[in-house]
Amino acid sequence: MNAPTRNPEIQTRELSYAEAIREAMGMALARDERVILMGEDIGVYGGAFQVTGDLVERFGPDRVRDTPISELGGAGVAVGAALTGLRPIFEFQFSDFATLAMEQIVNQAAKMRYMLGGEASVPLVFRMPAGSGTGAAAQHSQSFEAWFGHVPGLKVLQPSTPEDAKGLLLAALEDPDPVVVFEHKLLYKLKGHVPDGWYTTPIGKAAVRREGRDLTIVASAIMVHRALAAAEKLAEEGIDVEVIDLRSVRPIDHETIIASVRKTGRLICVYEGVRTLGIGAEISAMIAESEAFDYLDAPILRLGGVEAPIPYNPELEKAAVPQAPDIEAAARKLARKEV
Amino acid sequence: MAKDDNTPFAIRRYDAETLREALRKMYLIRFFEEGAEDSYTRGLIHGTMHLSIGQEASAVASCLPLTDDDKITSTHRGHGHCIGKGAEVGRMFAEFFGKEEGYCHGRGGSMHIADVTKGNLGANGIVGGGIPIAVGAALTAKQLGTGAVTICFFGDGANNEGAFHEALNIAAVWKLPVVFVCENNKYGMSTSTERSTAVKDIAQRAAAYSMPGVTVDGNDFSAVAEAVQEAVDRARRGEGPSLVENLTYRWRGHSKSDRNRYRTKDEIDSWIARDPILRFREELAAHGVLDASGADAIEAAARREVEDGIAFAKGGTDPTIADVTKYVYAEARS
Ligand SMILES: Cc1ncc(C[n+]2csc(CCOP(=O)(O)OP(=O)(O)O)c2C)c(N)n1
Ligand SMILES: [Mg+2]
Repeated sequence: MNAPTRNPEIQTRELSYAEAIREAMGMALARDERVILMGEDIGVYGGAFQVTGDLVERFGPDRVRDTPISELGGAGVAVGAALTGLRPIFEFQFSDFATLAMEQIVNQAAKMRYMLGGEASVPLVFRMPAGSGTGAAAQHSQSFEAWFGHVPGLKVLQPSTPEDAKGLLLAALEDPDPVVVFEHKLLYKLKGHVPDGWYTTPIGKAAVRREGRDLTIVASAIMVHRALAAAEKLAEEGIDVEVIDLRSVRPIDHETIIASVRKTGRLICVYEGVRTLGIGAEISAMIAESEAFDYLDAPILRLGGVEAPIPYNPELEKAAVPQAPDIEAAARKLARKEV
Repeated sequence: MAKDDNTPFAIRRYDAETLREALRKMYLIRFFEEGAEDSYTRGLIHGTMHLSIGQEASAVASCLPLTDDDKITSTHRGHGHCIGKGAEVGRMFAEFFGKEEGYCHGRGGSMHIADVTKGNLGANGIVGGGIPIAVGAALTAKQLGTGAVTICFFGDGANNEGAFHEALNIAAVWKLPVVFVCENNKYGMSTSTERSTAVKDIAQRAAAYSMPGVTVDGNDFSAVAEAVQEAVDRARRGEGPSLVENLTYRWRGHSKSDRNRYRTKDEIDSWIARDPILRFREELAAHGVLDASGADAIEAAARREVEDGIAFAKGGTDPTIADVTKYVYAEARS
């Protein structure tokens, strides 16, 4: 991945995506007594993906609070705590289990400010380990970004790098409204430069990860990395791909995408959630309604999850969501006007 | 009159001013809801509403031990809780009329009216929705050491939701300062507790979560006050949650769509004969706190307050259409 230009004054070091998230949470806990972590087995166990890790040793079991296996109750307690002055970060063990808490996320947290006419605030962060590729099959591998993205009142983020994992989490924590952060499980071990100290990555701002002239790929989370791998291959053939990391599903950064499509005239949306009625549909429609429409030289393509649950068999599992070669093939076709 | 052991708890515990104020609030609830019903019939209010006429003692006596720093969560049948926790009827009517002057600036309506500044965290359109939220408010109190207690109101129907069970368990394992007040009015819409609930008394559910549970006559002001005050005191001492079940009855149908096919007129009449307001008046008179003319004056003043409230609401401002997406998110800080 192209390293973004960096201020040499700011110290960075290599951290994994999980370590970056843990560092953000540790800083937040140290800085503000209102911050608490809640979730299943996030204490001495360290979290199912070892994201909270040793935080319980530093901040104790009241601040790093193991909940019973009660997603609905736990999420609701976090809503009530946020409503009355705490700043909870609630970890779902797997994003799939948020289906048990939809009531509190969708009916309560997202709407509280509106229903009460602006008189109340729910500053709450839901952390959601998401995505396939771990062999955990249909109930532990889903990608629900579009579901939550459909709910006014929520903000929905998908960091793809360790730097953004920290910066977006801190931004979510500072935000006065409920924010759902999807962390891709396959990214937890990914290493990258992470600045020291407290910094926030702006919510609602996409990042151009690779500049190119011929074609735009808008991708999120792990798909950013697959799109970048595909772009490197295509560069050898003289196809110059621009890769945009969406970072925020709600709100979506229209400006960055429109500017890119005006330049390249071609667009592919790549995301892991089920292809139909997903993020790609939204971005395609947004482009069709925008001034970039006149600049399109080819149809818009969507690459997303197949119309099936995530299967167990490793080959089937890979086939169920876009892989780098799929992106490469689709982009080649589109660049050569074969669609 | 000597306040001996036969004197009801409320008379012994609270001063005359507090008791008169409680009677005033009960009348305000009754007349607010009659006024809302009347406004609906005249086409001034749209949507639906869930009236708590007949349940006033439960709302007011339960809120009695609370200060403005304490919290409540409420339900779809929440007008009584809202008034019990100190809201003004004028701004409540304004909300009902969909006006900017309403507590939720016309965005919430009957099912969400709340004066947040008085510690009411909201009525709720989702049965059981407020129960985990109340536990969260209690967690805040414990974590920040504010000393606040939260009362969580819910109906008999809500006790069969998973949220109820998850929330009570969490409150108990974390020993949080919350009091669960079940307003058992015998029905969740048309379904009686006999047909919906495996235990006879909902208070029995408390045993599963190792907390005290009591069932009281919810139309007896003093009985409710005693049970809830004890539970609130216990919560304030850091001894954890309790469950109080108030047996009561809604005189009106479930909502505006109710055709009353599941209960008899005799049953309704037998509960109207146990009017919690009249019983409280009689008790106040019997113990020399307030005579009939004093109570009449409170009643008349409450009626006027409600009439004034309706007039205030009618004169309210309609929200601007362009503001339909206002309040979805916090306004950007400039
Ligand atoms: C989750 C959910 N299910 C169903 C409903 C529809 N509903 C609204 S009130 C109600 C009855 C609730 O009964 P109870 O908890 O006893 O309260 P009551 O109406 O008797 O005060 C029902 C079924 C709802 N609003 N939310
Ligand atoms: Mg009921």
